[in-house]
Amino acid sequence: MSKDLIRLPVLYFRLPYAMDTDLSSQDRKDLDKFIKFFALKTVQVIVQARLGEKICTRSSSSPTGSDWFNLAIKDIPEVTHEAKKALAGQLPAVGRSMCVEISLKTSEGDSMELEIWCLEMNEKCDKEIKVSYTVYNRLSLLLKSLLAITRVTPAYRLSRKQGHEYVILYRIYFGEVQLSGLGEGFQTVRVGTVGTPVGTITLSCAYRINLAFMSTRQFERTPPIMGIIIDHFVDRPYPSSSPMHPCNYRAGEDNGAVYPSVEDSQEVCTTSFSTSPPSQLSSSRLSYQPAALGVGSADMGYPVLFAGGLNAAHPHQLIGPGKEGGIPPVPSQPAHGTQADQERMCTPLDGVHYSAATPSSSEDTETVSNSSEGKCGSPHDLLETIFIRKVGAFVNKPINQVTMANLDIPFAMFAPKNVELEDNDPMVNPPDSPETESPLQGSLHSEGSSGSSTGNTHDDFVMIDFKPAFSKDDILPMDLGTFYREFQNPPQLSSLSIDIGAQSMAEDLDSLPEKLAVHEKNVKEFDAFVETLQ
Amino acid sequence: MVGPGRTRRRAPPGAAPAMNCRAEVLEVSVEGRQVEEAMLAVLHTILLHRSTGKFHYKKEGTYSIGTVGTQDVDCDFIDFAYVRVSSEELDRALRKAVGEFKDALRSSGSDGMGQISLEFYQKKKSRWPFSDECIPWELWTIKVNVVNLANEQERQICREKVGEKLCEKIINIVEVMNRHEYLPKMPTQSEVDNVFDTSLKDVQPYLYKISYQITDSLGTSVTTTMRRLIKDTLAL
Repeated sequence: MSKDLIRLPVLYFRLPYAMDTDLSSQDRKDLDKFIKFFALKTVQVIVQARLGEKICTRSSSSPTGSDWFNLAIKDIPEVTHEAKKALAGQLPAVGRSMCVEISLKTSEGDSMELEIWCLEMNEKCDKEIKVSYTVYNRLSLLLKSLLAITRVTPAYRLSRKQGHEYVILYRIYFGEVQLSGLGEGFQTVRVGTVGTPVGTITLSCAYRINLAFMSTRQFERTPPIMGIIIDHFVDRPYPSSSPMHPCNYRAGEDNGAVYPSVEDSQEVCTTSFSTSPPSQLSSSRLSYQPAALGVGSADMGYPVLFAGGLNAAHPHQLIGPGKEGGIPPVPSQPAHGTQADQERMCTPLDGVHYSAATPSSSEDTETVSNSSEGKCGSPHDLLETIFIRKVGAFVNKPINQVTMANLDIPFAMFAPKNVELEDNDPMVNPPDSPETESPLQGSLHSEGSSGSSTGNTHDDFVMIDFKPAFSKDDILPMDLGTFYREFQNPPQLSSLSIDIGAQSMAEDLDSLPEKLAVHEKNVKEFDAFVETLQ
Repeated sequence: MVGPGRTRRRAPPGAAPAMNCRAEVLEVSVEGRQVEEAMLAVLHTILLHRSTGKFHYKKEGTYSIGTVGTQDVDCDFIDFAYVRVSSEELDRALRKAVGEFKDALRSSGSDGMGQISLEFYQKKKSRWPFSDECIPWELWTIKVNVVNLANEQERQICREKVGEKLCEKIINIVEVMNRHEYLPKMPTQSEVDNVFDTSLKDVQPYLYKISYQITDSLGTSVTTTMRRLIKDTLAL
């Protein structure tokens, strides 16, 4: 291959008529460069897919010279910086894999690994493959597959709903793949493989599956606990592990350290190969500032039934200067190229569900009650979001241990408590036809139970996610689904119940003669009044 | 056997066009209102893998490739999101085809079974008076079974179930794509229109055709709704 074809900012492809079978030094250099930038782009795709936002990049018919693999993948400088730090000048090789760990961290500090994405190399070589043509195109195809696969694992939906209750973090490490944090029975999906003259590149993902049971239902129904500010640069208690970073990027906020751009004069011959400066990613600091309770936020519309359990003295919260709460951020001297320790926060991981603390802070309760005016949770929400005092993170207690009476919720009186209500409801069970003389008397004394078996509805009730069509929850504070859920079971209007109506009518009729007598006495007054009107 | 770098065996005129064509079949059961989004998700995922940037040919037989952008699409009726190529023209073309398929399904009757096919082909110029041959090299068939649901609860369950099924389909598609089986050789400038659809201004998918069939309640394709949407400029 002519050297000129590779050194130019725009990668020119020669039509494949050459029949080189030995790996020339130029090919070797190119291959190393391809693998390196492939690794960096892989990390970008994975982390960007967990930011919680929809990604959109534009196609360009003219090659810009800075889009590796002919794909418009923006580079978040901080992510590239972390990836380069983890790689420390090495490339994925046999026994040395590049891994991106995606985990979830609740506002209480409990965390759980969700996925491990592995970029591995094995010894199976394809000597005949053309580096600058076939390998490059197949790496491009593999990146497209990665774009598609990152949206189908369970963590994608969780990451789209991250916010007050939890955040998604990423960690990059290089070395041996560590899958033990994924719990039992994790599944793997292979994104793809590309054979090269020096080995076969494999990209795969191992993901936790017991997440599927709690999936987004639990996280959607849990109300916001408290807004937390994750300070990226607060010291963390595990300096030996490679740092976790929040996958939640807010451009333009705060002044943080400016990360060097991806331009690396040793890697690329001309500046055109540097990553195109993304227009909206001007800030290099990944900081996460969800709105605190009481401040306008997209999540404020959720029924805030439980106050936050965040105590200032929570052991897993690291208080940064002037900020409350925190997520372990970048230490100043991260480990390079060595096997990173597991980052774990006391989580029993077997068959567990997310749970959070009951209301504890009085301050929070005040704020909560302000924002929850007029809102009342449906009983189904309450059953789903049973908050139990934490015995260990993600341990699920049987629901029947918690009764309605124990729950300290506002407007609890409006929540239809149990089956009996429906049994007594004359609208559901109309009173028997009266057999006494006065038809009213009969209805007054009806028992109200005609044996309908409405009580079984609760047993058969299936908790499912209610997502009405055409309603998006990123615009309004309370989405249509939440509104519908809350007001699905309003209390019975008193004027509509038959027996009350019947009672008042009977009273009215009884008191009629007396009223007539009174009116007759005041006939003269009425007449005078009528005359004033004329 | 046709493969890259080898002499292409000329097929005699009139030979079955399905020679050497890789065929994959996917099946989904969806509710009526989910048909469009489910089909678009699958077709866009396939075309994401089968589209490149625009080719720009230079002298000495070299060419450069434009950049393909991508974007996330959230489904309204399915708990699912997918990635598609950032090309409004391509999206419009797919929506048009899927819309026609959906209308045909709806008007066919209550059973609602059909299939939509996405075929990638190469054109082979023939000498006059023979018309150009279209040789398919990959055929994706998506069989659709439309279900009717009774109430909102069932619909909610269906949202999630179909979302999970589509995740499986995406994984299947990616698996096939990464087998790195036959792909047409990169063409010279004079032949690029025989391999790629160069009519779009921002991306360049391989030449493709979308067609569909509706199955009636007897399970046979007796209805006359076999239509083809021909995407190449030399449509007859």
